[in-house]
Amino acid sequence: MRVVVDLTRCQGYAQCVFLAPEVFQLHGEEGLLYNPAVPDEQLERVRQAAAACPVQAILLGAEVNPDGR
Amino acid sequence: MGGDLKDGRIVIVGASLAGLRAAEKLREEGFTGSLTVVGDEPHPPYDRPPLSKQVLLGQAAPRSTGLPMRLDPQVDWRLGVRATGLDPIGKRVLLADGEPLPYDRLLIATGTRARPWPNPQEAALDGVFTLRTREDATGLAERLAAGPRRVLVIGGGFTGSEIASACRERGLDVTVTERGPAPLIGALGGTLSKLAAAMHRNHGVDLRCGVTVTALRGDAAGRFTGADLSDGSRLEADVCVAALGAVRNVEWLAEAGLAAGPRGIACDAGCRAFNMYGIVTDDVFVAGDVSRFPHPLFGYQLLSLEHWGNAVAQAEVAAHNMVSPGPLRRPHLALPTFWSTQFGLNIKSVGVPTFSDQVVIAQGTLEERRLAMVYGYQGRVTAAVTVNMAKSLEYYQHLIETAAPFPPAPGASDRPLAAEVPIPSDVPDPKGLSHGPTVALTGHLPDRRLTVVPTAG
Repeated sequence: MRVVVDLTRCQGYAQCVFLAPEVFQLHGEEGLLYNPAVPDEQLERVRQAAAACPVQAILLGAEVNPDGR
Repeated sequence: MGGDLKDGRIVIVGASLAGLRAAEKLREEGFTGSLTVVGDEPHPPYDRPPLSKQVLLGQAAPRSTGLPMRLDPQVDWRLGVRATGLDPIGKRVLLADGEPLPYDRLLIATGTRARPWPNPQEAALDGVFTLRTREDATGLAERLAAGPRRVLVIGGGFTGSEIASACRERGLDVTVTERGPAPLIGALGGTLSKLAAAMHRNHGVDLRCGVTVTALRGDAAGRFTGADLSDGSRLEADVCVAALGAVRNVEWLAEAGLAAGPRGIACDAGCRAFNMYGIVTDDVFVAGDVSRFPHPLFGYQLLSLEHWGNAVAQAEVAAHNMVSPGPLRRPHLALPTFWSTQFGLNIKSVGVPTFSDQVVIAQGTLEERRLAMVYGYQGRVTAAVTVNMAKSLEYYQHLIETAAPFPPAPGASDRPLAAEVPIPSDVPDPKGLSHGPTVALTGHLPDRRLTVVPTAG
């Protein structure tokens, strides 16, 4: 699974950093860096982070599989 | 024709962020016909912003930035296939390999590519990079991990500054050259460019402004070894990144009769492409970095944006309009917005900072590295940039959208004294810079050719 954060929308509330610190980290005071490839054992935490984001900037989903159709 | 807009054949050329989000939106809007997406890169849609940040820092693999889908858009993906032409009368997209693709409606989302170093022999030296694609990032990240003695970054725009920031964070020596007077000046104007220059130097970047690189040098084995600068100095380095801005991918449309040129493909507010006579088409749509579109808040000038958020918003409007009859179509009116993370600062912008004659620091200070700067043009708020103050940005967005007076009223500012003294925004002619602005005004604004004389406070 892959995660992408709409950093246009992100305001640095950092709820994701508390909920899934292995995936989301603050860089400086409010810049967000994250690991786009979510390890399976982190999926539940990332789902919680996506749900808790006050500006709903986190999208978790499958990558396109061009041969999947 | 006319027919059922929710059915038929839609082709999207461009398999990056705008192409993917448009495909998803078409299905969300009930499109049940055939959907084909053509992309010249062999990869499924992937995210590019992490390539100059997490990936160069070694925190994420270049292959890890595949974009998640919001829903499976049930697309026939033609990846690694280049579109070579468009036949607008026969309604077919010509491909480098394979049969032409017929369409009823077409979305062009071919985006941009990195502007290469202008000398092809020098650009081909081993160790000389640009940064736009997954392959670029893979190669550059490997070289940075190998511990080069020095990295040369040509161009002090957002990409160049982010690369320099990543190098310093990895403990690598880095030189940045910029033809203009300071980094980021083309996007943010004079005052914030001074902060950007200070951040470079405080973090140990060897920043050289007002100089150009006149030649890249290599050894007998074709490896990059250094560069000659216009001030007569020579620089030894193992890696070079040309961060000279972007080139719009419009060459394949040369014979298509569309209003396509170096600044992009002109379209209306509903994302419909103009043809070369300025007549709007009704079956060719444009979205993302390759588009030029009019915006009422900025004098109806055509805007060219290289912004992640614009690619998403415009793709969604284009998709909606592709499957909606005229009266139900929507305009793309979203304000330009972007962000950059560099040297520990989070820089965010809304509006068009280059569409300005004056600025005020409305909150915070340069010294704190935490501030909100408001840009005005002829007495109205047109843009705002925050540094480590992202939560304030929404407020200024509202001021821009409502054409609020500039300087902003008391209450919009925590430092009323500062807000009383607007300073010139000092936006230079982009022709004099190594980096381009990522927001370009491409219309005619006669008064911008005159010298702006600030009124006395």
